[in-house]
Amino acid sequence: MADPLLQARGIFKSYGHVEALRGCDFEVYPNEIVALIGDNGAGKSTLIKILAGTEQADEGEIFLEGQRIHVSSPFEAMQLGIETVYQDLALAPDLDGAANLYLGREIMRPGLLGKLGFLDNRAMRTGARKAFGELGVDLQNAQSAVANLSGGQRQSVAVARSVAWASKVVFLDEPTAALGVIQTARVLETVKRIRDRGIAAVLISHNMRQVLEIADRIEVLRLGRRVARFDRRGVTIEQLVSAMTGGVAEEGAA
Amino acid sequence: MTVDRPSRAESDPRAARNKLSPVAERWKSFSQTRFGSVVARAFSTNAAWILVLLVVLMWLFNFLAPGKFLTEFNVRTMAVNVAVLLVIAVGETFVMATGGIDLSVGYVMLFAGVTSAQTMNWGGRNPTDSGWDVVLLGLAVALGSGLAWGILNGILVAKAKVPALIATLGTLGMAWGFAEILSNGQDIRYIPSIIGDMGSARYFLDKIPLVVIVASIVAIAGAVVLSFTRFGRYTLAIGSNQEAARRAGINVDWHLIKVYAMSGTLAGFAAFMSLAIFTTTTISGHANDNLQAIAAVVIGGTSLVGGIATVVGTTIGVCIPMVLFSGFTILGYQSFWRDVAVGAVLILAVYTDQLRRRRRERR
Repeated sequence: MADPLLQARGIFKSYGHVEALRGCDFEVYPNEIVALIGDNGAGKSTLIKILAGTEQADEGEIFLEGQRIHVSSPFEAMQLGIETVYQDLALAPDLDGAANLYLGREIMRPGLLGKLGFLDNRAMRTGARKAFGELGVDLQNAQSAVANLSGGQRQSVAVARSVAWASKVVFLDEPTAALGVIQTARVLETVKRIRDRGIAAVLISHNMRQVLEIADRIEVLRLGRRVARFDRRGVTIEQLVSAMTGGVAEEGAA
Repeated sequence: MTVDRPSRAESDPRAARNKLSPVAERWKSFSQTRFGSVVARAFSTNAAWILVLLVVLMWLFNFLAPGKFLTEFNVRTMAVNVAVLLVIAVGETFVMATGGIDLSVGYVMLFAGVTSAQTMNWGGRNPTDSGWDVVLLGLAVALGSGLAWGILNGILVAKAKVPALIATLGTLGMAWGFAEILSNGQDIRYIPSIIGDMGSARYFLDKIPLVVIVASIVAIAGAVVLSFTRFGRYTLAIGSNQEAARRAGINVDWHLIKVYAMSGTLAGFAAFMSLAIFTTTTISGHANDNLQAIAAVVIGGTSLVGGIATVVGTTIGVCIPMVLFSGFTILGYQSFWRDVAVGAVLILAVYTDQLRRRRRERR
């Protein structure tokens, strides 16, 4: 197998007396969709937050393309090409879809007006229409505040935002949790398209069938450690559930 | 007259209910045109309704007191009285757009007025005949005093994480106290005559006071910055979801400091305008300036939790209390009726904002 694109080694993280991660390892390879699964409290979200820069690990190392990196803020992660779709979406509900897509990376007017801080709203709206179109999202009123959109559309805006800017890895924390059947299919289609663009996608999901349908590889966390890794081919839901709940020996423990 | 009614509507009551009335039908097709969508969007905001209220009030007072209310003199008086408040309300709009509040503006203005006037009176000299150098120094001191208090507010809110309500309540007391200590509670009555002349100057056929022109420029600049620039976009984004703004890489703390600094600086500028209009420091005249500014911003449709704000709304929100005050005075009622009416309008504005939010969250 190729070298990992993103690798975490021996990550420890505790909140007070709660040990969320206890020496957790994790790998993402180029051009793959890897599902990160585990029971509630296994440490999936904490791991993603550490890799995305919103939380700092107490201990452990992170490597991107073999280089040791320190991700001390989400902004640094973004500059490294790592984007995250958060469970709580992290959109500005009073702004419209285009403003959210370009938040923090606004297109400025050319020339003097741009230097004075004037936004090129038309260019951003055009870009947003294109980005949303690629996801099959039909934002009928592109100037409507995100808060006025349905849950599915909001999710699509959040996904589109990450996909548009990621160059290496996209983390998706339960991206289809709030979605209907059609939007779920679209988001999953998008995740596949991310991979086809040469970007790795990390998907947190509780939906085992969804995981088997779309992931190339599956990594299982339990009690703050990685306990198993599976190739999608040949693995069954029973095996996954058993790994999540402690039915198999811990990796490396034997 | 016969009414042509589609037969389906009669047979199917649901179709009849879903069928729009002719007016609504026309409105719907109008709202899909380019101009129509702008109008429709305008009326989905508070500002448009508040403007309707303002026009109705002016019409009503003009109707009840014909030839007294909408006179050139009365309109000009109202405009001058509103000018200073408008300048602080513009800064307050940005602060409240971030989800914060600046209670200190009125007293920062008082402080800036005192320091500015005292600088111009330095060494006990009478500055009445001073030249532009002294005037510009006074302006710089007023702006600098406001800026300093604004930066302090910003640091307290953004870095020290003191809630804005308490941080600015604290600086309110400090600015007030210092202003009284520095002035011994005595108004400073000697102001360079150049400043006084500016305060009473009029342009455009001797009709429009300079202070009104200056306040309008501040408001227009504020409106442009809030709606069309990155600074305004970040201001609204922070008020809408601070965490999202932070995750998007926006330096939230620094931006908040800039917004509070701007509010303070505008309060300093308003102090200078006040000196120009009244040619004295008017120490006892600022007790309600902060609450009036906040009321104007809220009446203008700025959301109390941030994220939604327009300077146009604020401008209308500043005018409504003034129109009420002037109208009640002309009609011979006690001017305190204004306070009653403004209170009611304020509650109504917040109530409609809540309604809109609740409707939105139900989707």
